[in-house]
This record gives sequence, C-alpha cells and structure tokens, in this order.
Amino acid sequence: MPSSDPLPVTPLETAALLPDRFLRWFASRGWSPREHQLALLAKARDDRSALLIAPTGAGKTLAGFLPTLVELSEQQLSSPSPARGEGAHLASSEIISTGRGVKRSGGLHTLYISPLKALAVDIARNLETPIAEMGLPVKVETRTGDTPVSRRQRQRRYPPDILLTTPEQLALLLSSDDAPFLFGSLKRIVLDELHALVTSKRGDLLSLGLARLWRLAPEMRGIGLSATVAEPESLARFLVPQREAKEVSADIVVAGGAAAPIVEMLDTKERLPWAGHSARHALVEMYDLIKANKTTLIFVNTRSQAEMLFQEFWRMNDDGLAIALHHGSLDVAQRRKVEDAMSSGKLRGVVCTSSLDLGVDWGDVDLVINVGAPKGSSRLMQRIGRANHRIDEASRAVLVPANRFEVLECAVAIDAIADNAQDTPPLRTGALDVLAQHVLGCACGEPFLSDELYAEVLTAATYSGLTRTDFDDVVDFVATGGYALKTYERFARIRQDKSGRWRVANPRVRQSYRLNVGTIVEDTMLKVKLVRSRGGGSGLTGALGRGGRMLGEIEEAFIEGLVIGDTFVFGGEVVRYEALAEDNVYVSRANDRDAKVPSYMGGKFPLSTYLAERVRKLLDDQRQWKALPEQVRDWLSLQKDFSRVPAVRELLVETFPRGSKHYLVCYPFEGRLAHQTLGMLLTRRMERMRVRPLGFVANEYALAVWGLGDMSFMIRHGKLDLNALFDPDMLGDDLEAWLAESALMKRTFRTCAVISGLIARRFTGEEKSRRQVLFSTDLIYDVLRKHQADHVLLRAARADAATGLLDLKRLGDMLSRIQGRITHRELDHVSPLAVPVMLEIGRESVYGEAADELLAEAADELVKEATG
Amino acid sequence: MTAAAQVSGYDQDMRVSRVAIADVAFFADLSGALFWQEQRLLVVSDLHLEKGSSFAARGVLLPPYDTVATLSRLAAVIARHDPSVVIALGDSFHDRDAHERLSEPDREALTAMQVRRDWIWISGNHDPALPSDLGGVVASEVAIGPIVFRHEPTGASGEIAGHLHPKARVPTRGRSIERRCFASDGERAVMPAFGAYTGGLSIRDPAFAKIFRAPGLMAHVLGDNKLHAIAASRCY
Repeated sequence: MPSSDPLPVTPLETAALLPDRFLRWFASRGWSPREHQLALLAKARDDRSALLIAPTGAGKTLAGFLPTLVELSEQQLSSPSPARGEGAHLASSEIISTGRGVKRSGGLHTLYISPLKALAVDIARNLETPIAEMGLPVKVETRTGDTPVSRRQRQRRYPPDILLTTPEQLALLLSSDDAPFLFGSLKRIVLDELHALVTSKRGDLLSLGLARLWRLAPEMRGIGLSATVAEPESLARFLVPQREAKEVSADIVVAGGAAAPIVEMLDTKERLPWAGHSARHALVEMYDLIKANKTTLIFVNTRSQAEMLFQEFWRMNDDGLAIALHHGSLDVAQRRKVEDAMSSGKLRGVVCTSSLDLGVDWGDVDLVINVGAPKGSSRLMQRIGRANHRIDEASRAVLVPANRFEVLECAVAIDAIADNAQDTPPLRTGALDVLAQHVLGCACGEPFLSDELYAEVLTAATYSGLTRTDFDDVVDFVATGGYALKTYERFARIRQDKSGRWRVANPRVRQSYRLNVGTIVEDTMLKVKLVRSRGGGSGLTGALGRGGRMLGEIEEAFIEGLVIGDTFVFGGEVVRYEALAEDNVYVSRANDRDAKVPSYMGGKFPLSTYLAERVRKLLDDQRQWKALPEQVRDWLSLQKDFSRVPAVRELLVETFPRGSKHYLVCYPFEGRLAHQTLGMLLTRRMERMRVRPLGFVANEYALAVWGLGDMSFMIRHGKLDLNALFDPDMLGDDLEAWLAESALMKRTFRTCAVISGLIARRFTGEEKSRRQVLFSTDLIYDVLRKHQADHVLLRAARADAATGLLDLKRLGDMLSRIQGRITHRELDHVSPLAVPVMLEIGRESVYGEAADELLAEAADELVKEATG
Repeated sequence: MTAAAQVSGYDQDMRVSRVAIADVAFFADLSGALFWQEQRLLVVSDLHLEKGSSFAARGVLLPPYDTVATLSRLAAVIARHDPSVVIALGDSFHDRDAHERLSEPDREALTAMQVRRDWIWISGNHDPALPSDLGGVVASEVAIGPIVFRHEPTGASGEIAGHLHPKARVPTRGRSIERRCFASDGERAVMPAFGAYTGGLSIRDPAFAKIFRAPGLMAHVLGDNKLHAIAASRCY
C-alpha cells in the first residue's frame, strides 16, 4: 500500500528544485510540495520526459505545470530580455515575431492537451491563482472550438507562454503554414488524462501530432498525467520518440499516498433479480444512501438506465432532495447547468453515465454508487476516484448489482480493487484511417517528402510498427483514393511537385480538411423535440407542427427500434414517439406512468477479459462462494446439482427443449460484443448442419441459440459435433461471408470513411446529417468490397472490427482456449444459470434472423389484418 | 412456349412479383427493374451512371466501380427477361458530362446490351440533354396503351415514374430493415433507383403523399431473395 509519509527529500534538495518564491507560496497556502511534484521537477531539470501515475486528488495538474512555471520564472531572472519585462502579465504584443526562422526569446513554451475542452478551460482558471499570487510573468490561454477566430489568429502570431488545448486543435495548428514558427520554441508538452486519451483513435491522432512536434521542436520534453494503468511502461513509450524498433520509454513517477478506497456491495434485503439491468429492486436502498450522504454520484452504464433511475428517484423523492441527471445526449446547456449546480454544492445526487467519468474536479462528492456491472476494474477505480478528491481520505463507493451475474462481477471487482489490479487495454496499433487524415493535414502545411514523413511517423509510439507498404497505400489513398482502377489522377487531392514533395492540389482541399479534422464520429443523432400529441399516431409528418422544444439528442439506432406510439423515457420524462422527419424525432408528453423503454442498449464497454477470468475462477472455486449473498449461493448450488458449474478453462454447453423449440446455451464470459459475433457465426454453421436455427440472444456472460432441430438428440447420435461447431476455423470463410452483409461492419466502415476523409462530415461550415448526404456509405461498402476487397479503407475497417464492435480478437482467443475443453450437459429443462440469458429473449434484438423472414412477417401481418 | 406457360414460370420465380398498375400486369423484379411481359418491355430507373466520378471531380473520391457494378446488374436482369424494349427512365447519367467519362469497357458493355433490342433513354433532371452516340433513342416520355413512362411523377393515372428513389424502413422485432422499394397504389407507380450508389427517400415522405393521394399505397420491398408487399403506412 502506498504511504502518505512526508517527503524523503531533504529541504536542501527541495530548495534546489523549487525557487524561493514557490516555496513561500506553498507555505502561504499551508502546503508543502509533494514528493511526486518534486520528482517531476527533477526529471525536468535532467531534461527527461516523464509519465506521472497518480490517483485523482494527488495534485496531478500542479505537478504537471510546476516545471514550466519554475522555468518561466527563472528565464525571467536570468535573461532580462526586453520581451519579458517585470510585472504579472506580459503584454503579448511585446513578443515580436517577424516571420519564420527568426530567433526569438519567448514564444510558446508549454502546450497542454486535454481530452475535454471543459477541462482545459478549468485548468486555465486554476493556473491563474499560483501565477497571480507569485507574480509570475506567464501568459496562459486556451484554444478550443469555441475560441473566437480573432483570438485564434492572434495566438498564432503572438503565442502565449502556455497554451491549453485539445488533440483536434493541435492537429489543426500543425496543419497551418506557420506551425514551424509557432512550435519552434516549444519546451514542454503536458498530456492530461493520458490513460483515457490513448485508448481511442484520438490517441492515434495525438501520437502522430507528437511525432510532428518532435521534429519541429527537438528540445520538447513530455509530461504525461495518468490514472493507474495495467502497463505503465507501454504508456510511457507514448511520450518519447521511438527509434528503429527499439522501445524507448519516458521515466515513470508514481505518486504515493492515496488512501485505499472503501468499496462495498449493496447488501440488499430485496430479492435479487435473475436478469435485467434496472436495479429497480434496490431503489429505496439507493435513495436512503443519497439521503445519508452530502453528495452522491450515481454511475450507470447506459443512457436509458440513467433516465429510468432518475425518474424513479423523483417519484419517491418525498424529501425534495436535489437530484439531477447528466448524460451525453442531453442538451449541452442543460449539462452545463447540472455541472455548475454540482460545483456550487447545490446537488445531493447526480445520476450520470460515463459522461462524468472524466472531467472537472468537484471536491465534495462523498459517495459513489455504481449501478450494474462494473465492466472493468480500472474503469471502476477511476469512477470511484470521482468521490472525494482529497488524496489522503478514502473514497467511498457502493456497488449495486442489477442481477445475479452482476453480483459475481461486483464481487470480483471488489477483490480486484483490493489487489489494485488494473485491466486497461494495451497501447493501440495506430489506425490507417487516422494516418490518412494526418497525411492530408501534413500536406496542408509544408509540402512533405514521403521518405521523411514515413521516418517521422515511425517515431509515434502507436505507429512504430507501420510498414512502408501501408504508409504508401495511405498516401496513395489520400492522393487519388487508392483504387486499383487508376481513373482519378486528374482529381487528385494532393500532388507531387518536381522535387517529389507532396502538397495540396487546391485550397478547397485544405478547407475541407480543416472542417473535418478529428476522429470522433458520433452515431447519427436525431434531435428530440417535444410537441403536442395528435392522438392517432399515423406517423405522417404533414399535420405535425414544426418547432417544438428541443429536449436533446438520441441515437438513430434507438429510434429505429421503436414503432410510432411507443413510449420511452427521455430527459427525465415519459414521452410518446410521434413522428420522425429528417433529423427530428417528435415526441409528446405521455401520461403513462411506465414507459416501454424498449431494448436495453448495451453499454459501450464489454466486460473486461480480466474480470471475466476472475468471475470464472470464482465460479470454479466453491470455497469463495461463502462470501456471496445467500440468494446467489443458492442459485449456484442449484446449478451445480442440476447441471454443472463451468470450470475456469472449459466451455459449458447445455441443450434442452422448451415449448416447441430446442435451445443451446453456452457460457464463454467474453462480453456481449464477442458473443453476438459468435452467435452470428454459430447460426450460420448450424444452418449448414441442418439444426434449423431461428435466432439467438447474447449477454455479457452467455449466449443462447434456439432452433427447430433437436440439438440434444443430434449431439447424442453424433450428428452434431460440438468441437466442430466451435472450431476456430469459423473465423475464416464463415466470417468472410457474414462480414459481407454485417450491419456492424458497415457502421465500422462508415466511421473509417469519415475519419480518413473519403467522405466529409461537414461541408463549408454546416454539418450535414447522413440523411442529407447524397450517397450511402453502405452502398459504397458493398461496391468496394466486391471490386477491391484489399482496399486500404476496408483493411482499416477490418482492424477496427477486430477490437471494436465485433471483438474478433477476443472471440478468437476464447475459441482457442476452449478447444478440446467443451463439456456438454443434456438437460430436460432450462438450468438456473441459463435463466438470465433466456430472460433476455424478446427484450433483446434477435440478430440471427434473416431480413427476408422479418419482412415476410411484416407482410403477413397485413394479410391477417385484411382477413380479419 | 405459350404465354401462359411463361407466366406460370414467373409465378414460381421468387425474384419477381406480380404488380398491377392501371389494370396492366407487370412483374416487379428483385433487382429493381419492372417487366411488362406482354410487351416484352423492361424498365429501369435512375441508373445514375458515373456518380462516383462525378463526386471525385468535386474532391470526394468515391470508389470508381459504381458504373461497372450498375451495368453488370443491368446486364444480368436483361439476360434473364430477354426484353425486346428497354426503357431507362431518366437520370441514367449522374450529370450532364457523365457519358463522356464512361470507360471504354463500360461503353462496350452498354452497346452489347442494346443489340437486337430497342433502347429508349427518357431524359431526367440529371441528364436533360443526352447525346445521340449512346445508342437507342432519346425521349421525354413514352405512352403505350394506358401506361405512360416519364421521369418525374405527376400523379397521373397509369403513370410509371422514377426520380424519387423510394425506400421503405420496416420496423420488425427489435430492429428495422431499410430497403429500396417500388411504390404503387395500383393506379400508378414510382420505381426504385437502380444505380449502385443511389440512396433513397422514405416512402413516408410528403413527396409521395402528393402523388399517391388515395389510400392503399404499398411498398414492394426488395428483400435479399424475394420481394415483400408491405403497406406504406406500416413503414417509416
């Protein structure tokens, strides 16, 4: 356990690292510098890059900026250049720049990158205090999408000492002509919440941006600020240029002193549900917790869960507790209102999704309630860290499992936290679509030579393994689309000049790049507008008044699952789906008490491999069961007597009849995404084996497939071989055949097409929705796949699918693990362990059914109506 | 082969489905073409050839394979029905210059389809002035018996038009399925777009309400292996 002892650094050493006025300032606040803050100063003095691993509340931000503040204050002392007069805030006009190549004192010293623009703004505010109180001549500015154009231009000409911004803004700055001028003076880059940044394509973009900066500013050193991660060494690689396949890492500084969090599982007096994700059974107990604490954050996994809980709390809120709702789909103004109320201490509880996983510090949260599955131990620890941002006090958290399987997951998550076991993903392999965006960005700035840019890209940690072929394919793609049929030479977006340098072909290309920079491709969102009900609900849009109050935005996919007249909860109200017109979903206020919140939209994150393995171990080790709630123990004992409890490495497969159908249930514990993919591939195979499958349903732990064929009989008589059914070779031809038509694959492709710049998100400033775009990426996918299957964008989409929506890698690992370890139980009815997944049937979409059958059903209904 | 025998042959063919328009029997083909067996006349609408290169000229480098994809589907449906007349119902080319960008092999494929049959290009808003070197004849509309073929629908009885690219989104259990479709109320029809890159307009869009004023509008939805007749009121 980390100690909270005072520094082992002697006062003398402290003095050497921290100038007098800093020591006095610390003392005036009643603080003394923390060990990790001094350690970062020492790294900076030694000209080293460093990764600081620290829990929230450790004074991480100040640690990241101290080296910069100290250097800037010393610069002022040692070289009283005319550009840096005495006085608190240096007038920016005094930094004189006459263009490129002119040696300047001053200029941009430190760049700070944060994943959230709100965080950048907040940090700027926090930095003002020490700068003003110590009278440092340091100018700090932010640059986000909201920064006015005039200020942006001024920033490029007369940069501040410290600029706080986001990865997208950095990419934009790098693509400008004056990037060498702007960044030439850069000494330090501070990357905040690095653990969160590196897990996505934004991390790839940032990694490429760093590679560019290392060339423009060879003196630049990095400081990464991160929560605890599984592989700090690989994260530390991100901060330094990689050299010729050798892995180079920044130094790692670990902040001690964090009190271990106190985490418990809610010991409910109610009956634990078999399935579902609502945690309705524990509403009163959660409400009592909110009542007993000053401020509680209630984290849930999905928007619909957040809506449901928020509504339920208000229904029972006899005490008039100030409870608010926060999720990413709510209108921005509404979210800001909640955040402001929160920071001024006006709220007793906030029901929120991952929209509050990161962000502004709120100090006074004294309890975190995590509803539902924790999904991963690192994720859970970060959420818990949102409570109590004072490092030496323990954060308190209560986990509320919504069903029996989630009890197991919560139990192992609590153990994992006690072991401080992390399960953050390994460093990404840089995506080719992001590289394409970067290459175009480079061409928008100074023209580049392929050889030089390739060498530069290899220094980026996530691209250090990039092959020259992939690089050249990407450049070819950016230039003319990368098609084997070379017909677009005359439409090239970038061209080589006589010296072989690539430059943009025309200013329009540059403009389009600027409008489309970034890697966040949202689901298509529809605006939810509240109108008066028209009763009938014919769905025709004509009669419906335009306008209506904007409630927020909702995923198109969610609305696709609804039929007009359905009710759902949005923005804390039960609303009725009235009509869809262009980008607008019209809803009316419904009088229903209960909404038909249709299907549970699976959370974005699947159960982590690490927690899954711990759950399997827990199941396998009966001695551990006694720590579980009695209801869960009984459930597992019943399973043991009736069928079998799966061993750690085996795959348990149960078959049984129910109604007129036959069921196969298996328990891979690999998360919903991998299970859905498995379900698709299994049903294809079973089709061929004449099992006549009808559909399947998956949850985080199990997969159930049903069909007309008697699977028990077929297995008993050797007509269905389970080892063959689960053979990893399903990832070959079956996968290929399925990918050809998979909607998930098409969605993945669309994301790559947007990021790579094949299609534009925005045309001349205005965002066009997919409905307005004149072609469909699905159709492009079909045509490209048929005519050039190895196209670089299809390769990028495949790579995404492997770890993203299809989770192929995890599925492949599982299939190899269970080879020869399949245990079959033939049962006469459903087993206790199978009940949860069986209960999902009907709530979940059935992916297995072919479009034709579903359409035929829709056509049949009409016949029934007609014939009465 | 007698006509009757051939009709029964079609009745067993999953890829076509009977649709009556102004009391004339047509077969809607799964590919999105419409076949008038009595006249041995095949209609396709909104091919939008060279849409890919049209976007490429504006900096959006869509894969340049849409024309070859569209033409090979067209060749397949022509081979299946062996019509003596083919009508391309307008917007056959995505822009005024698109025909000049046709590759030599694509042009040859087109010429091969025109051998031994009449070919009528109806002009559309995307291709108002087609040149004469494409083979076939150019017309603004064609009337045969009670049926009139034109690009933009007016709502007249017996009219078969294109232009709107109808598609239907059908809610089913847990998810919705979106496909191109024929829109027809029995008196008139709007054909789906045939081109590989052509998207669609929902059959519930007010544009369709203007043309099909009477109740009973049906979407003949192009499924994977067969067509499905679904009431437009059930789609969105």
